[in-house]
Amino acid sequence: MEHLSPWVIFFAAIFTGNILLTYFLGMCSFLSVSKQIKTAVGLGLAVTFVLTVTSALNYFIYYQILKPFHIDYIRYIVFIGVIAATVQLLEMFIERYSEPLYINLGIFLPLITVNCAILGVSLFMIIRKYNFIQSVLFGAGSGLGWFLAILAMAGIRERMKEDKVPSALQGPGITLIIAGIMAMAFIGFSGIVQIQ
Amino acid sequence: MNILITALIVSGINALLALLLVIAERFLANYGTCKITINEKEKLDVEGGRSLLASLKEEKIFLPSACGGRGTCAYCKCQISDGAGPVLPTEEALLTAEEIQDQTRLACQVKVKSNLDISIPEELFNIKEFKAKVDRLQDLTYDIKLLRLQLLQPSQINFISGQYVQLESQPYEKVKESVSRAYSIASSNSKKTHIDLMIRLVPEGICTTWVHNYLKEGDELIFTGPMGDFRIHDGVGEIIMVAGGSGMAPMVSLLHELTRNQSKRKITYFFGAVARRDLFYLDEMKDFKRSLSNFTFIPALSKPLPEDNWKGVGGLITVPLENYMKEIKADDAQIYICGSPGLINACGQVLKKHDVTEDRIYFDPFA
Repeated sequence: MEHLSPWVIFFAAIFTGNILLTYFLGMCSFLSVSKQIKTAVGLGLAVTFVLTVTSALNYFIYYQILKPFHIDYIRYIVFIGVIAATVQLLEMFIERYSEPLYINLGIFLPLITVNCAILGVSLFMIIRKYNFIQSVLFGAGSGLGWFLAILAMAGIRERMKEDKVPSALQGPGITLIIAGIMAMAFIGFSGIVQIQ
Repeated sequence: MNILITALIVSGINALLALLLVIAERFLANYGTCKITINEKEKLDVEGGRSLLASLKEEKIFLPSACGGRGTCAYCKCQISDGAGPVLPTEEALLTAEEIQDQTRLACQVKVKSNLDISIPEELFNIKEFKAKVDRLQDLTYDIKLLRLQLLQPSQINFISGQYVQLESQPYEKVKESVSRAYSIASSNSKKTHIDLMIRLVPEGICTTWVHNYLKEGDELIFTGPMGDFRIHDGVGEIIMVAGGSGMAPMVSLLHELTRNQSKRKITYFFGAVARRDLFYLDEMKDFKRSLSNFTFIPALSKPLPEDNWKGVGGLITVPLENYMKEIKADDAQIYICGSPGLINACGQVLKKHDVTEDRIYFDPFA
């Protein structure tokens, strides 16, 4: 896929192929942490950081170590290991430099490890045969796309705080409906550029 | 052969990642030695990275903590003028806006990451750690035990009637950690070598399960104290006490002091319970009736069993309390309540209805 400009991939990852609203990956923290804008921003930045770093690291490990030794089938385990280590590093960093954010995120910070969007991006870049720059920008773009989606959702939910939602739909119910409507809105972007 | 190579490479990658994390931890999670300045005079050097409460405890300065550092009781309040960092959501839940403005923080939530400047009340320096031996462990009711401790080191304790101590439980069975829980001293403060505690078994309670099922006479344990500002306040007005179950503990201590001082004040003690099997210390209450000039003990059962043959006051404890408040002139009466937040709330409502001002109501809440 060398003919695709990395910046086109970056743009597409945010809008037309949004990892959350188009591919529906990374939904659980999206649904749970989108109640407050402050926390959503914190988590969005954390996920973007993890995505960028892990796509770079995983690209390097896959093409320099796994492929040459013909053990690319083990990539699922190795990628998760790298993601776990990156998230642990991030946890230590956040705990030191912003303890309120650390407490606000609670269990959702370590849960970034099992966020399927992270593993998804690493696997996608292999499947689509991106080169290094394309992979890193794909990771960063996916992160920013996830960030955009959770930020928009948090904005909508904060705006809706005072509104009367039917009791059966309160919480995850109405959030999923909103996510669906947001996804439909993002389909509107799909004409701009088609990656896949 | 292929499998061996795979295993080696995957292990190698994981080992490298682990190494990276260890190095990062040395720089990120390592806070080094931090200096804590207390009341502008005491200076302590502690290892950073732990809560202020835990760091001070290491240095034998004990801030009260009824919940043992879990962030629920708010007993560990102190002023931190420098070095505390932003207020955490766990603190915001328990501090008022004025307190936060005043730089009040919860010592169990603030982590020592840099040098700190704190202020704590002077009397906290009197709190010591005691080693004690279980002198007696006897049943008062089906779920309350009396724990009598003989002090070993230090061998004597000076406390004000109404104060409490924090007992350190020991690991047992699946419980690997030691927790700290608060219990009021139930004995007279003229007795300095032994203290009595009343401990009610709480379902799934770590410390109470340990006391009821694993602790034996002769065992040694550790407690810190004395702490708390629940005590008898001077006055000529009558004294009304409300406490059920193990809440009787501080009241017994107060009654001993009132007896020793030969107080002439009218004292009425409302004891709330469910059924007859919850009543205890009835003989002791009779003794107080004999030795005090004007003491009445009024137990009320909310759901007596038929076989109890209960002829006394019935209903929740707020019922006789309300009836009593209707009869008396309560201008200078003092009310002392020990119990759950629910009990305190309910009694508070009754008292408010009868125009008892807050400055004459004293609480000792269960954590």
